[in-house]
Amino acid sequence: MYDTNYHRASSVEEAVKLRSSQDEARYLSGGMTLIATMKQRLAAPSDLVDLRHVASMKGISVEGRKVRIGAATTHAEVASSSALRAVCPAICHLAGMIGDPHVRHMGTIGGSVANNDPAADYPSAVLALNATVVTDRREISADDYFQGMFDTALEEGELITAITFEAPEKAGYAKFPNPASRYALTGVFVAKSGSGVRVAVTGAGSNGVFRVKDLEAALLANWSAESVSSVTVDASQMMEDMHATPDYRANLVKVMAKRAVQAAG
Amino acid sequence: MGMEGIGARVARKEDKRFLTGKGRYTDDMVVPGMKYAYFVRSPHAHAKITGINVSAAKAMPGVIDVLDGKQLQADGIGNLICGWMIHSKDGSPMKMGAWRPLAVDTVRYVGDAIAIVVADSVAEARDAAEVVTVDYEELPAVITSVAALEAGAPQIHPEAPGNLIFDWQIGDGAATDKAIAEAAHVTEIEILNNRLSPNPMEPRAALGVYDEAEDHYTCYTTSQNPHVARLVMSAFYNVAPENKLRVIAPDVGGGFGSKIYIYPEEIVCLWASKKTGVPVKWTSDRTEAFLTDAHGRDHVSKVKMAFDKNHRIIGLKVDTIANLGAYMSLFSSAVPTYLYATLLSGQYAIPAIHANVRTVYTNTVPVDAYRGAGRPEATYLLERTMEVAARELGVSPAELRRKNFIRSFPYQTPVIMNYDAGDYDASLTAAMDAADWNGFPARRAEAEGRGKKRGIGMSCYIEACGIAPSQAVGSLGAGVGLWESAEVRVNAVGTIEVLTGSHSHGQGHETTFAQLVADRLGVPLASVNIVHGDTDKVQMGMGTYGSRSGAVGMSAIVKALDKVEMKAKKIAAHLMEADESDIVIENGELKVAGTDKTLPWFQVALAAYTAHNLPSGMEPGLKETAFYDPSNFTFPAGCYIAEVEIDPDTGKTEIIQFVAADDFGNIINPMIVEGQVHGGLAQGIGQALLEEVRYDEVSGQLLTASYMDYAMPRADDLPSFKLSHQNTPCPSNPLGIKGCGEAGAIGSPPALINAITDAIGVEITMPATPLKVWQALQSAEPRMAAE
Ligand SMILES: Cc1cc2nc3c(=O)[nH]c(=O)nc-3n(C[C@H](O)[C@H](O)[C@H](O)COP(=O)(O)OP(=O)(O)OC[C@H]3O[C@@H](n4cnc5c(N)ncnc54)[C@H](O)[C@@H]3O)c2cc1C
Repeated sequence: MYDTNYHRASSVEEAVKLRSSQDEARYLSGGMTLIATMKQRLAAPSDLVDLRHVASMKGISVEGRKVRIGAATTHAEVASSSALRAVCPAICHLAGMIGDPHVRHMGTIGGSVANNDPAADYPSAVLALNATVVTDRREISADDYFQGMFDTALEEGELITAITFEAPEKAGYAKFPNPASRYALTGVFVAKSGSGVRVAVTGAGSNGVFRVKDLEAALLANWSAESVSSVTVDASQMMEDMHATPDYRANLVKVMAKRAVQAAG
Repeated sequence: MGMEGIGARVARKEDKRFLTGKGRYTDDMVVPGMKYAYFVRSPHAHAKITGINVSAAKAMPGVIDVLDGKQLQADGIGNLICGWMIHSKDGSPMKMGAWRPLAVDTVRYVGDAIAIVVADSVAEARDAAEVVTVDYEELPAVITSVAALEAGAPQIHPEAPGNLIFDWQIGDGAATDKAIAEAAHVTEIEILNNRLSPNPMEPRAALGVYDEAEDHYTCYTTSQNPHVARLVMSAFYNVAPENKLRVIAPDVGGGFGSKIYIYPEEIVCLWASKKTGVPVKWTSDRTEAFLTDAHGRDHVSKVKMAFDKNHRIIGLKVDTIANLGAYMSLFSSAVPTYLYATLLSGQYAIPAIHANVRTVYTNTVPVDAYRGAGRPEATYLLERTMEVAARELGVSPAELRRKNFIRSFPYQTPVIMNYDAGDYDASLTAAMDAADWNGFPARRAEAEGRGKKRGIGMSCYIEACGIAPSQAVGSLGAGVGLWESAEVRVNAVGTIEVLTGSHSHGQGHETTFAQLVADRLGVPLASVNIVHGDTDKVQMGMGTYGSRSGAVGMSAIVKALDKVEMKAKKIAAHLMEADESDIVIENGELKVAGTDKTLPWFQVALAAYTAHNLPSGMEPGLKETAFYDPSNFTFPAGCYIAEVEIDPDTGKTEIIQFVAADDFGNIINPMIVEGQVHGGLAQGIGQALLEEVRYDEVSGQLLTASYMDYAMPRADDLPSFKLSHQNTPCPSNPLGIKGCGEAGAIGSPPALINAITDAIGVEITMPATPLKVWQALQSAEPRMAAE
């Protein structure tokens, strides 16, 4: 790790100000991605602005079916929230499968969504739930937010403060973990609500998280695992690496979609 | 046995230290004035070095010096060596290329060390290393052993034309060919043994301390054999004469073979300490460990097994290519030869065996012994072949094995080994009972109802442990003897220190060795201390690998204890005015048999040291040394059964049960033995299902350089193991011990792959990842793709 300066922000305004006062400053949330990257000397921020003590960015609120998860909320908090479980158990299930207990007690939803790792779990939930990414300056719909691997709509210095969404009627998440890293080799989040069905896939796409419109249409017509079988998933859109071929990932998209539908009930 | 003696399930004495973070590892060592090293390493798999510029690095903050290979060479530091001479079948000696501790003109794998930076902190050393500029002229690289032998492959060492190190054979080629020609059935199969990274929890480290006033060096290092390290560093690398070099291997967090060898870093740290005048410490990080720790396995073999019409094996022919990486590591030549091909008879009576082994250089990290070393490769090859043969012949795998078992001992195989004792049928039967083998068809049918594919597979392994009779290994090319030493030092108050040449890096010697002493003398376990790992404290010893510490190391302790007992009895007889032959040692007392005369142990010890009243002519003191040289290898054997269930939709394998039935000879501490088996099984299952080192075959970059890509087994990848023992005592050593440290890693991979291929009906290579199993299923049943 190279030398860096540490700052602790106590409000959103202070965080944004600290971040913009230095060219090479970065927000630090759980540090589970950023610190590891710094240790490998792949990132060298001059300044770190710690978000974990900004009270307005922490915690989960559920009002009716309206959900707000503060950006600095840890995976463990999401996994164990009974209020959230009552309206959207699938996201609790998803958070409970991220990494290991150490990672879940440090890593945050805001960090994960900001980072947009193509194999991370949360992006599939945010996209399938049609969630809104709330920042210090605007609200971004999920469809606009994710723009490819590690690429998002965030502007320089823009701070995610919360993720909000309307709890769906039904939702389910099924993940096939990479045998080495345990990130998603393919993860599928399905959600059914009054406005329709959304299916988002992480880990598999050659350009990050994506929706599968054919699956959405099939599930809208008939919400059942069987209706997944009739859909063809295009392998040419899939990522290729030493852990999986495009064909295998295309297969996993269907298998995980079925399991997600079954889990959703 | 007593509560603490041989056979007792004593909790490990070292557990408290290790579990509470109080272990003292090389990286924990702090000496005054100590500075930190970082190595500049090659980013290329194969390149000429055309220039090294260190001036910017030297000017960086905190930097003490930057040293390169030319300076090392100028100071007369020698090349690294392979300590086991193998001759090719044409009589020529193996072709060893030069391995400079710091590369001078050529780098041959990604990670090859080029220069060392010494600085006030690791961070500063690393900062400076980043500004060392090395000019390279890139050369084409070759990664796989098969490609390295092809005509026109990049030439790696001038000493080894065509990258061939040796072309060696064992056994009777003509008799084997004749058996194959006359066979009723020949099973032919190609076997790949995947390349593994050892991954000890503690990465390698070295601290070199040069004392100018005494012209003396101390090396703290992560070694499984500190005396061998001292010997090699002084005799071959010219670091210092042995009496001027102390090697200390303190607590060591796992080795699995990878810490047997002497690597460039410890040599360079010692030399750099003299050059810079400060103690120099280096600790590997995890990526450096993947890049530079010796890897294991990496064999490609072709097999022909010949059967007569009664399904008796009449011949076995094996052709193996072994990848030794960019340089020949310390024991690399022995692994694919005498530790491998000598085990190709397995548990079976095979009248004719012939194996040909070619070893090759590639642009990859050196390959050497890794848990099992040669024996897992032999076992995997044989037990996969037996399984395929049983399927081809349409007979049950158990019956085919039973029919061919060796049943009388001693048994001379056609490939050197002389098996001394065993009962292979006992382990096979016990394993099948424990696994409810006969109930499998019902379980398979039930699984099929759930859309799952079940399979069951077995493996009957044998291995050679307790290496090894010195004369025998000497005649086969070993540069060292493989005896062991022990000193039993009884203190004046009767407490005991045992100085052993074995080295504990997770094996629990501090407990088991103490149990032996407690058992023999009837003294409390707490009064016995085991001292190891320091060449200044302990007499020359050969260290720990090849499951030798029980069979060889403890036998040396037995010999020393015999001498101590003899002297103690003489003293007791003298003090109690009895005949020496009437003295017995029981419960911490020396007694005159058949009388009520006794002397407590401590009084005899005290008498030895006060020396006020000793038999005339007897020297004072009670301390004896012994060296034990085994008369044979030991032959642990057993039968492992794996039952798996495969999800055809994803290709994922779940291990439903894993049964291990082992013959380890006599057991000192069953709990430690179980722990050793559990760890070995985890590594074997890792090899079968998860682990594989992958290099990019064009660039030679290591693709699996972190746990993001190298799949280590985790607790939830493993089932709860069912263990049992069918022990036949080893006749060749005083305790009847065979060894248990490697069996799990040796016997388990074929059991798993036999189970998986049973489930899916097609062949597959290790590691059987979900991807590969799914692909195999697609090729077997194309319609499943569309499902
Ligand atoms: C061993 C291990 C296993 C893991 N396994 C998984 C897994 O299975 N699935 C999975 O999805 N993830 C996994 N992760 C990643 C983990 O979930 C991280 O927590 C997550 O990717 C990043 O979140 P963080 O809070 O740690 O962010 P940080 O590391 O602190 O930050 C990540 C990036 O986001 C930026 N950032 C952080 N917060 C904000 C914000 N509020 N607004 C704008 N930018 C911000 C930072 O500047 C940085 O660039 C794993 C991590 C580890 C170490």
